[in-house]
Amino acid sequence: MFLEIKDLSVKIENKNILKSLNLNINKGEVHAIMGPNGSGKSTLANVLAGKEDYEILNGRINFKDNDLFDLNIEERAQEGMFLAFQYPVEIPGVNITPFLHSAINSKRKRMNEEEIDNLSFAKLLKSKANDLGINIDMLKRSVNTGFSGGEKKRYEILQMSILNPDLSILDETDSGLDIDALKIVTDGVNKLKTKDNSFLIITHYQKLLDYIKPDYVHVMVNGSIVKSGGSEIADEIEKDGFQKFQ
Amino acid sequence: MNSETLNTLDSYSKNKYKYGFVTEIDDEKPKKGLNEDTIKFISLKKNEPKWMLDWRLKAYSKWKKIKEPKWANLSFPEIDYQNIYYYSAPKGFEKKPKDLSEVDPKLIETYNKLGIPLEEQKVLAGVAVDVVFDSVSVATTYKGELEKLGIIFCSIGEAIQKHPDLIKKYLGSVIPPGDHSFSALNSAVFTDGSFVYIPEGVKCPMELSTYFRINAENTGQFERTLIIADKGSYVSYLEGCTAPKRDDNQLHAANVELIALEDAEIKYSTVQNWYPGDEDGKGGIYNFVTKRGLCAGKNSKISWTQVETGSAITWKYPSCILKGDNSIGEFYSVAITNNFQQADTGTKMTHIGKNTKSKIISKGISLGKSQNTYRGEVSFLRKADKARNYTQCDSLLVGNQCGAHTVPYIDSKNNTAVIEHEASTSKINEDQLYYCRQRGLSHEEAVSLIVNGFCKQVLQELPMEFAVEAQKLVSISLEGSVG
Repeated sequence: MFLEIKDLSVKIENKNILKSLNLNINKGEVHAIMGPNGSGKSTLANVLAGKEDYEILNGRINFKDNDLFDLNIEERAQEGMFLAFQYPVEIPGVNITPFLHSAINSKRKRMNEEEIDNLSFAKLLKSKANDLGINIDMLKRSVNTGFSGGEKKRYEILQMSILNPDLSILDETDSGLDIDALKIVTDGVNKLKTKDNSFLIITHYQKLLDYIKPDYVHVMVNGSIVKSGGSEIADEIEKDGFQKFQ
Repeated sequence: MNSETLNTLDSYSKNKYKYGFVTEIDDEKPKKGLNEDTIKFISLKKNEPKWMLDWRLKAYSKWKKIKEPKWANLSFPEIDYQNIYYYSAPKGFEKKPKDLSEVDPKLIETYNKLGIPLEEQKVLAGVAVDVVFDSVSVATTYKGELEKLGIIFCSIGEAIQKHPDLIKKYLGSVIPPGDHSFSALNSAVFTDGSFVYIPEGVKCPMELSTYFRINAENTGQFERTLIIADKGSYVSYLEGCTAPKRDDNQLHAANVELIALEDAEIKYSTVQNWYPGDEDGKGGIYNFVTKRGLCAGKNSKISWTQVETGSAITWKYPSCILKGDNSIGEFYSVAITNNFQQADTGTKMTHIGKNTKSKIISKGISLGKSQNTYRGEVSFLRKADKARNYTQCDSLLVGNQCGAHTVPYIDSKNNTAVIEHEASTSKINEDQLYYCRQRGLSHEEAVSLIVNGFCKQVLQELPMEFAVEAQKLVSISLEGSVG
């Protein structure tokens, strides 16, 4: 099994957020999690990435034959887990090129692969930016600093394409995007999709799923997955909202 | 920051203070303590003329009457001036080595460990290095090439012998020996340092650089640097410092004087990583430095850039006296304190001439249990019409046991002066750390990256060759502070 979440219960500040959640994802699959605000979708994304604010009450998560709780944030990332943030944070004064170059090399180091040199990396970054329709001038700026919402999301996808993760988690990537930006972002994801990597797409709206076709759709309500199925579920939600699942 | 920096961070984290080795060389010292005999010993060893000895003795008599300044936000035990050696030179250095083959191989090895290749051909492209090992200048590189342009770049000792007129005219002209106790002390017992003279209209084609290094135990280092840029000339000077690990505290009290005549520009950059003491606050350098520049002529400019990461105690205020009309003073500073380090640093901009401008950018980073103070004074004298100052002080706190303090003084006697002041204090942002780590960077790498980003405005003022080194230093000084 590629990713296996079993009986996961999580709380933060005395509030139970996830309750006996189960989810399995195989290699090459695209899963979508939909749910109303406050259902615990983003918590799930952050628990997977390893954010330290949460208390794990019960359950386990296996990722590529690792007990995920044995790995810290950066080790999970180096193992191939990528979280595209809902609100990417600004890091003033830090240029994207050395930032991503360090990131990719720390991953290669863990995988016992040879590090990539400055020049090859600069070339790689340029060509990926080109593929995603990202202006080269954007590469000269500090990470996320002064970017519009749409620019930040495109930047996340650029980073994803450079790091080439095994599991990509997109946390409400569609929020705040106009239709053009949404197309650029979803095109990027579709290009990255292979039979060897997997995606977990967290979204509030069905719109995103017009552009990325999931193999499975899960409905999350009150910290648990209450229904799973194919893309027809997304259509149901589009029509009737989350009401009937609550 | 590039990945090279991160890689070196990795390798450095195993050695902690990388430069904490001791070179074993027989050295020759007078008896401990400060008195007229010590000063005469120094003057004799350096074969100085009588006027120089008299100058020193006069400074000494002033020192005896002045108390140490106590206004800084620093606490440390009383300095015992009678328990310090004031002169230390590797034996047999009265006769200077003519070339490298005459230099003790152990010295060469020391410099190799520091990453300063002494051989001219290996010197960083375009950098002339005047190396000070304890109190004697060992070798001066690129001298010949500079001589062709009429540039004088030598040790202060040599300048006293060969250029007495310049020394008599300018030494102590910006920092009078009686200014305060550390300037009096330095004037009495200074042993070596650099002297630079750039003739009229000459743009110095390379960065001039000195590496200072304190080696012998219980030795105070009192270097004296004097840089004169004649009309319309330009020079960029870089000073770098390291000192070996010792349990005792060592005293360092340097004086640096800069003089820029009409249309001249001096850029002075410092990378200071003296031994800061250990995790428990034991040992480390006491760094009491006086640096002052005089923009003597019209349209002259003096720019100080400092990266201060070392020393147990830093007391340092590189200043500009803006006397010439339209002259410009700048101060760019990064000060990082970790563990039990204390830094009280900043600048003084004194506007005397019309249309004078000054700019202050200060970035303080506090970690561990350290205390970091920015102290600045901007004053406008009566005739300083339309003078301007811009000050920006930013402090970054890492952890919750350290302190950041900002003490800006403004004094204006001219109502046409324009002053802008911006200040900020922030804690390192957990969301930024999470973001970096989610991309695969370790906690330590992430902190280093964020701090380097915070300092970028200052680091980019450094000469290219040293910017990378400074970034590495920033990373090294953050070690062990996060967990």
